[in-house]
Amino acid sequence: MATSIKSIASSFMLAELAKGLYLTGRHLFKRKVTVMYPEEKTPKSARFRGLHALRRYPNGEERCIACKLCEAVCPALAITIESEQRADGTRRTTRYDIDLVKCIYCGFCEESCPVDSIVETDMHEFHFESREETVYTKSMLLAIGDKYEKQIAEARAADAAFR
Amino acid sequence: MNYWDQFMTSAQGYSTQWLGNEWGPPAFSVARALIMIVMVLAPVILTVLYYQLIERWVIGWIQVRKGPNRVGYKGILQPIADAIKLLLKEQIVPAGASKALFFLAPVVSVGPALAAWAIVPFTPDWVIADIDAAILLMLAMTSMGIYGVIIAGWASNSKYAFLGAMRATAQMVSYELAMGFALVGGLMAGQSMNLTEIVARQDGNWGFLEWFWIPLFPLFLIHYIAGLAETNRHPFDVAEGESEIVAGFHVEYSGMMFAVFFLAEYANMILISTISSLIFMGGWLSPFNFAFLREAGPAISWLAAPSIVWLLAKIGFLMFVFLWVRASFPRYRYDQIMRLGWKVFIPLTLVWIVVTGLMMMEPIASMPPFSIWFGK
Repeated sequence: MATSIKSIASSFMLAELAKGLYLTGRHLFKRKVTVMYPEEKTPKSARFRGLHALRRYPNGEERCIACKLCEAVCPALAITIESEQRADGTRRTTRYDIDLVKCIYCGFCEESCPVDSIVETDMHEFHFESREETVYTKSMLLAIGDKYEKQIAEARAADAAFR
Repeated sequence: MNYWDQFMTSAQGYSTQWLGNEWGPPAFSVARALIMIVMVLAPVILTVLYYQLIERWVIGWIQVRKGPNRVGYKGILQPIADAIKLLLKEQIVPAGASKALFFLAPVVSVGPALAAWAIVPFTPDWVIADIDAAILLMLAMTSMGIYGVIIAGWASNSKYAFLGAMRATAQMVSYELAMGFALVGGLMAGQSMNLTEIVARQDGNWGFLEWFWIPLFPLFLIHYIAGLAETNRHPFDVAEGESEIVAGFHVEYSGMMFAVFFLAEYANMILISTISSLIFMGGWLSPFNFAFLREAGPAISWLAAPSIVWLLAKIGFLMFVFLWVRASFPRYRYDQIMRLGWKVFIPLTLVWIVVTGLMMMEPIASMPPFSIWFGK
């Protein structure tokens, strides 16, 4: 009886609601956790798998030997490679296309590569404005690799201890 | 004679001079009414614009976010950007809609919401229409808003809009009763339907203890909660259940016509906060309106003086609670809303009207503590 009177009284005094309002009222003054995105960014892992790149050796020679392991392992069939024998007798790609819409960014191409040529950089801020642009060609991938070689090498070195 | 009266007298003189004795005075009174309407409604509409920004801020802060802070300094121009966006958007009329009614609905919705501001006194002599049946007019005007909702749902020829309109209408009609009864308590205690007089009745020697929110506390709460339901706000916003019926009765409206519904909803929220602070929280009276403070000399007595600032602060607080409640509580189920309205609020208000009557009866009314409120 006493408890039921108490519960009726507390429900008429909106006790539960006042408790809820008190809780949310305290959050009003908490430090805000918003990350102001383009100016501030959250830290990214060295293993982050983003936009692809093709790397070169320090002497400027492209690493890719057209073994087509990445093409074979790619679960989304996003990679297309054609190759031929170059004048010096080595096998090189004539075409290396990645369809970034098909790509699921699983990183298997990088794992399978015997010469660390195809890599996934930690860049995720890229966009397309038409369907044609979604296919990245060999020259584009090499250009990305040339431009961000330092960053790519640093990320690989940071992650090497855990592999 | 203050500047406003001087200006009005000279304006009256000019209008008689230019338009003659026959057309001058009526032209003057129409122009005067228009100016006063603009002077009340322009701040109301501006408040609605910024209320919407503050709502997003407050909800953001409560969710430990920052809220909109990109447009202008700290997001101060966000409402302007939103208004421009809504103005430039296409007005889509559904193919099966009843065109005339479809365009009429936002007007019917916003008209009463703004018209009710005519009776709101901001200071004892700053009111467009200082009429004796102010509360009745207010109740009539807020009831008219329901027609806007039902017409919008019907004219859209969409099942979601119609469902939303049915829900909103049923809810608004139910809660209007409780709200009306809560106001009956207020006008009993104030012994008038004139808002200026009701506020004057709360004047006295005991500051905020003189206000009617203490003897009429249940009615104060019910008026406010019914106000939440009346405006289809959280936690009673089943009319806008996003997961079930999208945006409710205004789902087919876009651009400026949507903005008009939005304006009506927010103007109603501000109106309910205003009525609540006038009837239950002493309007423009100072919360520190104690006798000893008033006589304490000019350094302190300003604290006890009535001022529009107190009224605006009270309205602002109640408006903030609207947002606070929205950020805190989950939605009611529909049958729970109906149960609360019909089985809890209406009996409770009826009981408290009787209690108010008892408190006001002569031997009790002059006994403390009841003499504070009813002994005058």
